[in-house]
Amino acid sequence: MVGLPARGKTYISKKLTRYLNWIGVPTKVFNVGQYRREAVKTYKNFEFFKPDNEEAMRIRKACASAALKDVAAYFTKEHGQVAVFDATNTTRERRAVINSFAKEKGYKVFFVESICDDPDIITENIKQVKFGSPDYIDRDIEEAMSDFIQRIECYKASYMSIDDEKDRKLSYIKIFDVGSRFLVNRVQDHIQSRIVYYLMNIHVTPRTIYLSRHGESELNLLGRIGGDSGLSPRGLKYADALAKFIRGQNIKDLKVWTSHMKRTIQTAEALGVQYEQWKALNEIDAGVCEELTYEEIQENFPDEFAMRDQEKYRYRYPKGESYEDLVHRLEPVIMELERQENVLVICHQAIMRCLLSYFLDKSADELPYVRCPLHTVLKLTPVAYGCKVESFFLNIEAVNTHRDRPANVSVSRKTEEALQTVPDHN
Amino acid sequence: MPRELTQNRIQKIWVPTKDDKRRGTGAPHFANPPTVIVMVGLPARGKTYISKKLTRYLNWIGIPTKVFNVGEYRREAVKNYSSYDFFKPDNESAVKIRQQCALAALRDVKSYLKDEGGQVAVFDATNTTRDRRDLILKFGSENDFKIFFIESVCEDPSVIASNIMEVKVSCPDYKDCNKTEAMMDFQKRIECYRTSYQPLDPDQYDRDHSFIKVIDVGRRFLVNRIQDHIQSKIVYYLMNIHVQPRTIYLCRHGESKDNLEGRLGGDSGLSQRGRQFSAALARFVDEQQLKNLKVWTSQLCRSIQTAEHLGVPYEQWKALNEIDAGLCEDMTYDEVKEKFPEEFALRDEDKYYYRYPAGESYQDLVQRVEPVIMELERQENVLVVCHQAVMRCLLAYFLDKSADEMPYLKCPLHTVLKLTPVAYGCKVESISLNVEAVNTHRDRPEEVKRGPGTLIRRNSVTPLTSPESHIKKPRIEDLDEAPIQELPGSVASLALCTSTHIPLALAGQNLRSSSVCHDILLPC
Repeated sequence: MVGLPARGKTYISKKLTRYLNWIGVPTKVFNVGQYRREAVKTYKNFEFFKPDNEEAMRIRKACASAALKDVAAYFTKEHGQVAVFDATNTTRERRAVINSFAKEKGYKVFFVESICDDPDIITENIKQVKFGSPDYIDRDIEEAMSDFIQRIECYKASYMSIDDEKDRKLSYIKIFDVGSRFLVNRVQDHIQSRIVYYLMNIHVTPRTIYLSRHGESELNLLGRIGGDSGLSPRGLKYADALAKFIRGQNIKDLKVWTSHMKRTIQTAEALGVQYEQWKALNEIDAGVCEELTYEEIQENFPDEFAMRDQEKYRYRYPKGESYEDLVHRLEPVIMELERQENVLVICHQAIMRCLLSYFLDKSADELPYVRCPLHTVLKLTPVAYGCKVESFFLNIEAVNTHRDRPANVSVSRKTEEALQTVPDHN
Repeated sequence: MPRELTQNRIQKIWVPTKDDKRRGTGAPHFANPPTVIVMVGLPARGKTYISKKLTRYLNWIGIPTKVFNVGEYRREAVKNYSSYDFFKPDNESAVKIRQQCALAALRDVKSYLKDEGGQVAVFDATNTTRDRRDLILKFGSENDFKIFFIESVCEDPSVIASNIMEVKVSCPDYKDCNKTEAMMDFQKRIECYRTSYQPLDPDQYDRDHSFIKVIDVGRRFLVNRIQDHIQSKIVYYLMNIHVQPRTIYLCRHGESKDNLEGRLGGDSGLSQRGRQFSAALARFVDEQQLKNLKVWTSQLCRSIQTAEHLGVPYEQWKALNEIDAGLCEDMTYDEVKEKFPEEFALRDEDKYYYRYPAGESYQDLVQRVEPVIMELERQENVLVVCHQAVMRCLLAYFLDKSADEMPYLKCPLHTVLKLTPVAYGCKVESISLNVEAVNTHRDRPEEVKRGPGTLIRRNSVTPLTSPESHIKKPRIEDLDEAPIQELPGSVASLALCTSTHIPLALAGQNLRSSSVCHDILLPC
């Protein structure tokens, strides 16, 4: 990352890392500020950052080196694929150090520079994330603001933006004014192309995303998975309750998305507004197990059932899909969600788990077990570096469709052990 | 009460019962205002190359798009091109003709976007002056069209010379010249534009306009104010394409055991002849002597087994799997006809949109395969070992085939298609590797009544062949009626046409039945 303080570098680092990990590219952030906080236990004031403070300079350089060392370890020992080096990196000298480090090790380097001179945006950034930082924990707000602004000044004198002439051989993207303009130079490969596309689609306008499953379906009542059944009477009640809830939220310009399956469309119909159908939002294809109960799966495909419990994320139903396949399928939905503002997505259990995992940064191990009960709306609001979640159960009873991982996942297990965690159904 | 839902029989899409009436073909959604993409740049900077390629891509993903090339309008108006003198800034009569051509093209753009169901129009001309671009911006705002500029900037003399050789020397303007003459004339033509060229200025003048500057054939991009989804996709596409010479090979897996039995789908292994084909494919690939060939397969056994014979690393893409025939998987066509006679008939009625019950349609395939196309654009030499329906989708993209033609493209077993980009398109060579195989191609049945178009939903993916440009005759005839020589030299006042189209209102002019050209507007 490159840029003066409070330009959104850490915001971009974290968000990008979350996205890359979700699409299956192991990525990690190395924030040099954190290394500095480790090295210098208490932060006094902006004077630490003055260019003539030699001792501080030494410490800061050492922290940057330590971080780079950890980057190397991440790649060689932890199978990392992308490391995000989150620091100001505002001098040509520092960037040269990084380039030689990478050249020596055979790593590719891609710079992301954030340039912004709008004082309103910068003040807002400082309020959003700096006041809560460990550096300012015991300060009052005005003190913190004034100190941080002086901190920025310390960097300004020596700040050299990436030079479009001198640095023309480097690969980079410059982001101007929070995404109003971009300069992209020498994209080397697929992953850099995806990174650029992602950065050009995200925005920071406040908005809300609502995630919900369809109302309870006929097959849900019978404990059967998949299929394309309609809503049960309680499911229809939920659809009405959802409509009431959404109206109560008073949202401006809400987009509504559903899958191609009857149960989500029926749910959306109750809202009385236009909705868009996405095949990509269809429930996971259970292949040969479509429309079976868990008991029937255990009876007919006991080995498959056990293997699914062993590795639920990667497991693909015979002639069907895996959670891993779902993530691939959902990527365009996530990209479009990033572009949009207020959206309500009416989808399915496995789909909702995938989407939620993207927003809440859940790992592949956690993803297939994230709780997404029927008749509950999740309201997601971006805040600081992450996402606030509020859960609204709309008070209409429904069956539980969540099956936890049983204790015994071996193929040699007994039927009762396999069915230990199956939720009740008719 | 929620509305009743019905699943339409061809696409298997749930719609409110009352809406099940079929809408007319080519009725796009009204959600987004239409977009005019405006190319900007000196001659031989790849504007037409980009226009055609982008149009092909947008049509393939289902966005009706058309190119309006002002040079073609000019060739219609001025039957014989004599020399670069036509393009000299002081050639007043030529300037007037060129102006009229641009306006005629804009009129056609308006008609395409408002009356013909078009969603994107690509206005392919130099558009090198602010005045010309301001004219277009005004046109856009009067008609509620979004404007997106694509500027191609390049000063590398070898690239420019190469472009001229590839596409200019053989163009109709130079049909009676030899190559050297053509090259020299064209270079002088470029000089005619250079002095008045005002590039897009992101810092001041064009700060609020939406555009992408493509610099040095994609080495660098400047992107300003992307407004919406389609502009974002266009930018992503432009950043992924390249002009390095390379070859794409498309073929199907070797004949499979299911093929021998006439069964659809499934995941069977190769037959003996299939294995022979794989060995022949390995020999063929060897002979092609390619640098760094990437090999891609699907995740189905038959395509992987084929690739295994090549003895090189290959990458498996689930997105390349054959079309999912849902409930009809593993059946023969006869069994399908027997068990699902109605489905069988419906498929022949509208093979592109038809979705197998609990399966997929060609329309679904296009969406599924789009990331493969994007990556193919990034890559250089690639061999794709896939399946009949998937290969038809990919081929339709490269050869600009419509949704109507796609499901009937011939992709026989044991045949490799070699695609080489050339000029504005793609050369195809079909190479049969001389190993017998069953024929799996089913032609469009003669007796099928072509019913009216099925329901076209929002975001529907309906590949269209990029439309041929056609220049409406009446306009050009009117031009002949008002010969240029009789017009006063200083003030340009032209009777452009007497059609019922409302003429463009230009800055400071009253709207009369004939359009008036302001004399400071410089030609494109």
